Amino acid sequence: MHIPDGYLGPATYVTSYAVVAPLWAVASRRLSQSLKSRQVPLLAMGAAFSFVIMMFNVPIPGGTTGHAVGAVLVAVLLGPWAACVAVTTALVVQALMFGDGGITALGANCLTMAVIMPFVGFGVYRLIAGHSPVGSRRHWLGAAVGGYVGLNVAALATAVLFGLQPLLAHDAAGHALYAPYPLQVALPVMAVEHLVVFGWVEAIVTGLVVAYLQRHASELIPARTTAPGEDVA
Amino acid sequence: MKTNRKLWIGLAILAVLTPLGLLLPTWLGAGSAWGEWGAEEIGKLVGYVPQQLERLGGLWHAPLPDYSRPGEPPAGLLGQSLWYIVCAVVGMAVVVGLSLLLGRLLARHEQSTTDMDE
Repeated sequence: MHIPDGYLGPATYVTSYAVVAPLWAVASRRLSQSLKSRQVPLLAMGAAFSFVIMMFNVPIPGGTTGHAVGAVLVAVLLGPWAACVAVTTALVVQALMFGDGGITALGANCLTMAVIMPFVGFGVYRLIAGHSPVGSRRHWLGAAVGGYVGLNVAALATAVLFGLQPLLAHDAAGHALYAPYPLQVALPVMAVEHLVVFGWVEAIVTGLVVAYLQRHASELIPARTTAPGEDVA
Repeated sequence: MKTNRKLWIGLAILAVLTPLGLLLPTWLGAGSAWGEWGAEEIGKLVGYVPQQLERLGGLWHAPLPDYSRPGEPPAGLLGQSLWYIVCAVVGMAVVVGLSLLLGRLLARHEQSTTDMDE
């Protein structure tokens, strides 16, 4: 899901940066209000986890590869804004040091994996976990379903960005200037591979880690004791 | 804190296991992620290389491209796996350093236990 340089035209990558930049500002303001200094190591671990889990390319035999992102796990532990900061950090290092994801496409990649994914996944997790006690199975189950849905929605958003490119820029011969596949190809391919394979990887990873923490480090899972509707993020 | 220590160890184990993410796709004959092909690969797939894709694609030269040795990547799977681990460790160290720095800049210092906003 790391869009490389050259796949998105300027209209798309500039817009993506324009959308994600203010969200980065909001994220840092939110963290300065809510992040406690003893949570800083957990934030660093979350970012490192996201970085390393993305190196585990899962193959579809004879086909493509994909990977989990870990954004929803970080969102469950520290909230979606912290997940935005953690995953952004991982994506910046991947792009600059390892050429995994483009520099021009960094805004777009952050939008899908560091914004859309943690917020969608966290929303699903909160819906399922509700006000259940921290030991309840609704937490790991909610985290797993949140991971599945979050990754899939992020993949769809990526497919839309890819699929718009031939519409936005092509030469006289009808050849695309950037990503060549239209929406009717990009959307089904990305949807199916994430629905059938990669979403499950994300669900299992997220669910397993949350289940482990519920048993052995339940203090890391925030209990929701506030009234419903109060301060969702 | 004991929990944190366990989690750091967990992350270190993950770093050592990363070659699985390289070997499994190789053994099972899986290629790139969809939409992450190089210019040459895309030429084979669609019959032409999109003009701007090739130009923009060469914009940035990462020091450790594709989690591999800079310059000539090792030919064997063992060498590739070892470099993959090196990249995992280096990358995680930088990510941890950056986020500790960011976190310390942003986080509130604990003087009180109340959760009031500013």
